[in-house]
Amino acid sequence: MTDTPAISVRGLTKVFGDKTVVDAVDMDVPPGAIYGFLGPNGSGKTTTIRMMCGLLTPDGGAGECLGYDILTEAPKIKENVGYMTQKFSLYGDLTIRENLDFMARMYRLKNRRKVVDKTLTDLGLEGRGDQLAGTLSGGWKQRLALAACMQHQPRLLLLDEPTAGVDPKARRDFWDEIRRLSKRGVTVLVSTHYMDEAIQCDFIAYIAYGRKLIDGPAAEIPAKVGLHTWRVDGPDLTELEDALASRPGVEQVARFGAQLHVSGTDEAALAAVIAEEKKKNGTHRWQKKDTELEEAFIYLMATAADNFGAPGGPGE
Amino acid sequence: MHLSLARFGAVLVKEFVQMRRDRMTFAMMIMIPIVQLFLFGFAINSDPHNLPTLVEMADESPTARAVLAGMETSDYFDFIGVVTGQEDGDRALRDGSANFVVVIPPGFERDVIRGLSPDILVAADASDPTAVGSAVSALGGIVEVAIKQTLEGPLAFAAGRPPPFSVSVHRQFNPEAETSINIVPGLLAIILAMTMVMITAVAIVREVERGTMETLLATPVRPFEVMVGKVLPYVLVGYVQTIVFLAGAGLVFGVPFIGSPLAFFVGFNIYIVVNLALGFLISTVVKTQMQAMQASFFLILPTILLSGFMFPFAGMPGWAQAIGAAMPATHFLRLVRKVMLKGADLADIAVDLRAMAIIGAVIVVVSMLRYRQTLD
Repeated sequence: MTDTPAISVRGLTKVFGDKTVVDAVDMDVPPGAIYGFLGPNGSGKTTTIRMMCGLLTPDGGAGECLGYDILTEAPKIKENVGYMTQKFSLYGDLTIRENLDFMARMYRLKNRRKVVDKTLTDLGLEGRGDQLAGTLSGGWKQRLALAACMQHQPRLLLLDEPTAGVDPKARRDFWDEIRRLSKRGVTVLVSTHYMDEAIQCDFIAYIAYGRKLIDGPAAEIPAKVGLHTWRVDGPDLTELEDALASRPGVEQVARFGAQLHVSGTDEAALAAVIAEEKKKNGTHRWQKKDTELEEAFIYLMATAADNFGAPGGPGE
Repeated sequence: MHLSLARFGAVLVKEFVQMRRDRMTFAMMIMIPIVQLFLFGFAINSDPHNLPTLVEMADESPTARAVLAGMETSDYFDFIGVVTGQEDGDRALRDGSANFVVVIPPGFERDVIRGLSPDILVAADASDPTAVGSAVSALGGIVEVAIKQTLEGPLAFAAGRPPPFSVSVHRQFNPEAETSINIVPGLLAIILAMTMVMITAVAIVREVERGTMETLLATPVRPFEVMVGKVLPYVLVGYVQTIVFLAGAGLVFGVPFIGSPLAFFVGFNIYIVVNLALGFLISTVVKTQMQAMQASFFLILPTILLSGFMFPFAGMPGWAQAIGAAMPATHFLRLVRKVMLKGADLADIAVDLRAMAIIGAVIVVVSMLRYRQTLD
């Protein structure tokens, strides 16, 4: 594995009609990393991914994917990338084996039978190869789709909201699999809006309104957002939450279990509010804490909530 | 049970809102009655006039001219030219450029004067019995008037004697004037248009609708491989349909197949390709399988009415003929009737092949332009 980025794009832009869906996005995905691509619905994640793997022609910008030009070498990119769409998109009226075999043929794999058998074994579906793929549960469909686009052993996996609508247990299994692949050297670019998934990424980019707001190693994101956070627990948290929300200096109050995390960008103003609260009501325990990814994401999502006003907007 | 007017109203309003949002269905609801009204009201005429007619004149006498003038003033016959031998006349009937050939025998006037009662032969293309039927039945009256006119002046002495000449009609290709012989070959054009267009459109749209198209396009497969791979099985379906159809037509309805199988095969393949291209074009316009079905049905309606399948093409006004001529089924239908009933060969159907090829080329170009857009 070399150190050249798996994906490196500059100024990626896509316009649908009069809407700029992706606006001058730069992105570098280091090889071997799990790169989280975050943003609200309709923010342009899917469109960006499609442009990076040559499915869509950008209206502006350029870049490389696995060292191939995204504008001119789409066929080469497709041969070396595994792309999993957000909707289950294998054939529900083909059996599991037929689906895997079909995908293997798309990539002109040799020893197809062996490859498919191995995939079935790895999935733990040896005995169920003749079951129609449409009858699988949501979680199994996602795992099958992942396995199908891994058969040609791509160096890069593009996963577009792979766990949308999948139950928590299946999601955890799915992420175990992603980490296993990453350990084998596969670069993974995964878009999601689940925070618990974002936390598992090595790098993160956050996009809203088609513009990249922030990116970097996951550990540096909270510092880049620039939030200061206090933790509080005690009785009547709901009342406290309402009371704090309108105070100057408090930009975000988020509930985590039996605690509130109170954040703001102005450290002094936030401290003043909290000092006042402590004096007024001695029953709450306050404690300064490091801002973590969770608070940072809630903050980012709140500041760029609804893109283009339409749920599942362009390209989603 | 307690019924609520408010709830009922809510469902009612919701249904109207949804109806209005579904533009395609809404357009169909408005368009279908209008289209039907215009087609049935204006375009369809089961008593066609001005049928193209050729004359073989072995006698150019005033009497012969008077007979032809009588036919022309009846409006049923439109004299489009003169042929010099039986072969030319037969060819014109076979390739469909004329519906009638009128043969004036040599020495016609002389024989009338001599009281030999010569025979004028009218060869009619009866492969479409409706088209020529009313003209043929009008012939008797026309001839009677013509006889009266010719017997004025120098030939007046012949009046009162047995008719000075007679007209015999020779119904070619379908002497019994059986409707099934006309309808059955045409039906093949309609069946293929219906299934090929719809199946192709639905098959492609289904892939897009279910999201599998995106998975496909993310693999190294080329769009061309996808399209050809998807469409070829349906070509096979078209073959099977046609074989079953031809067998049924021959065994059950006794429809003959007297023309060149090669001509049929060539025309049939072009027709299938044109229809698949049309289905492909529809798939680039619509978004759901439901819309693909609707659009296919919407196209089928004028195909049935304006192609000459149910009603004589010659009986339609110019604008309807123009629409009809733009539809591939019109030309394939003529081609099948020519080959099966009239014994046509490749040369006779060249005009239909050319028309289908032009229509097909236009469809392919338009759909290719649209396809690029839908990829992005």
